[in-house]
Amino acid sequence: MTTRTVLDGAEISRALTRISHEIIEANKGVADLVLVGIPTRGSMLARRIAEIISRIEGVDVPVGSLDTTMYRDDLAQHPTRAPHPTDMPMSVDGVTVVLVDDVLFSGRTVRAALDALGDHGRPKAVRLAALIDRGHRELPIRADYIGKNLPSSRDERISVKLTEHDGEDSVTISGGTREAGESA
Amino acid sequence: MRHLLDTRTLSRDDAILILDTAEDMAATQQREMKKLPTLRGKSVVNLFFEDSTRTRISFEAAAKRLSADVINFSAKGSSVSKGESLKDTAQTLQAIGADGVIIRHPASGAASRLASSGWIDAGVLNAGDGTHEHPTQALLDAFTMRRRLHGDASRGQSLDGVSVVIVGDIAHSRVARSNLWLLNALGAKVSLVAPETLLPFGVREWPVTLYHSLDDALATERPDVVMMLRIQTERMHAAFFPNEREYARNWGLDDARLARLTERAIVMHPGPMNRGLEISSGAADSPRSTVLEQVANGVSVRMACLFLLLSGERPQSERTEG
Repeated sequence: MTTRTVLDGAEISRALTRISHEIIEANKGVADLVLVGIPTRGSMLARRIAEIISRIEGVDVPVGSLDTTMYRDDLAQHPTRAPHPTDMPMSVDGVTVVLVDDVLFSGRTVRAALDALGDHGRPKAVRLAALIDRGHRELPIRADYIGKNLPSSRDERISVKLTEHDGEDSVTISGGTREAGESA
Repeated sequence: MRHLLDTRTLSRDDAILILDTAEDMAATQQREMKKLPTLRGKSVVNLFFEDSTRTRISFEAAAKRLSADVINFSAKGSSVSKGESLKDTAQTLQAIGADGVIIRHPASGAASRLASSGWIDAGVLNAGDGTHEHPTQALLDAFTMRRRLHGDASRGQSLDGVSVVIVGDIAHSRVARSNLWLLNALGAKVSLVAPETLLPFGVREWPVTLYHSLDDALATERPDVVMMLRIQTERMHAAFFPNEREYARNWGLDDARLARLTERAIVMHPGPMNRGLEISSGAADSPRSTVLEQVANGVSVRMACLFLLLSGERPQSERTEG
């Protein structure tokens, strides 16, 4: 099985820096902004983006972590999942929440995250940042901030590794047979 | 997990997974919106062949907070009083399409019979069978101990080195049995204190230290947890001790014994309490007492058990038609 590196550590870092600038620009600063990561790696990416924003703007942006396990609609189709802790730093009422995940795929995790977020309050707006958008959406969901568009076939495997959890920063793609219609 | 029938066969890892999941459930119970959509569309049956208020409403609350549909079945006033067997009741539940059955039964082994009989596909959760086991009570007790001893750093923790003294009617207590096995799996040291007449047959084979004197146990073990058991007069058909006053004097947790406990020691009781018999009002109402925390934690722990039992995919071989 061939494994190809799509992003190395420096490229991940550059992608996160660009996403951070885009968030600041779209939000016109960092007022009333909360970054909320989806465990496990989304939470780590949210913390990294907050650090970059803090370096750029000199202001600390609150960072939370939102578990989506209890809100998934496919619990009965998979082995039992162990939930992760949810840690919301503040009320999300009236603020802009940027959800952060490592890979955007079917969109079902994000749908579950929107439901979970709704139980914590009513944000002014919810935006979505993903390091990788690999396509194959099953729901009408799109990301506002994307590190890299990575058209893939369904049977390919995208693997995001982050130093905090995996000891290195990389995004790799492996397996599958390249299909037509994935060159976009 | 397919069923939860006892704590004797529960591994340390599974026990910690349940307790950690209960931490997540407890966190959701602090929010304004307490209800989760997790078990939407699932049916849970509370199958109670024995009276119980707090266990039944705790399970009912847990199932409803996870959005399951709850059907309450009480043997009293049902076809059981017309002679319907457990098998017939189970097959009725199968036909209704129950996904989970929470069973309380006066016969030891009833939950295991239901789970292994092939009468029903549902996940079976033992809510107390005779004098055998009451696993969710033990799990909520362990959860309460972990919370009191480790606070916010509870997640992932075991109870290694914690000394637990269980006092009273061990012979009739499924709570004591379930606690013993679970606490043992989690690394705690368990001591049992009771008059010889209230110790069950075979207790000397169990991994415990036995005491007949509560004062000796408190002095020797310097326990972190003192768990008082209810004197179950409804299960006693003979004289197991001379009279209630003597029991209270020898094995009751009175104010003097309470004052001798170490600073961090907590007092637990599964309820309902016989005040003045196994526990004094001073002990029951002291800040060391976790009686009401145990009730609140019961909902979180039962939510965790229902989630872990009912949310995942059922193995193909266990799915049958009809």
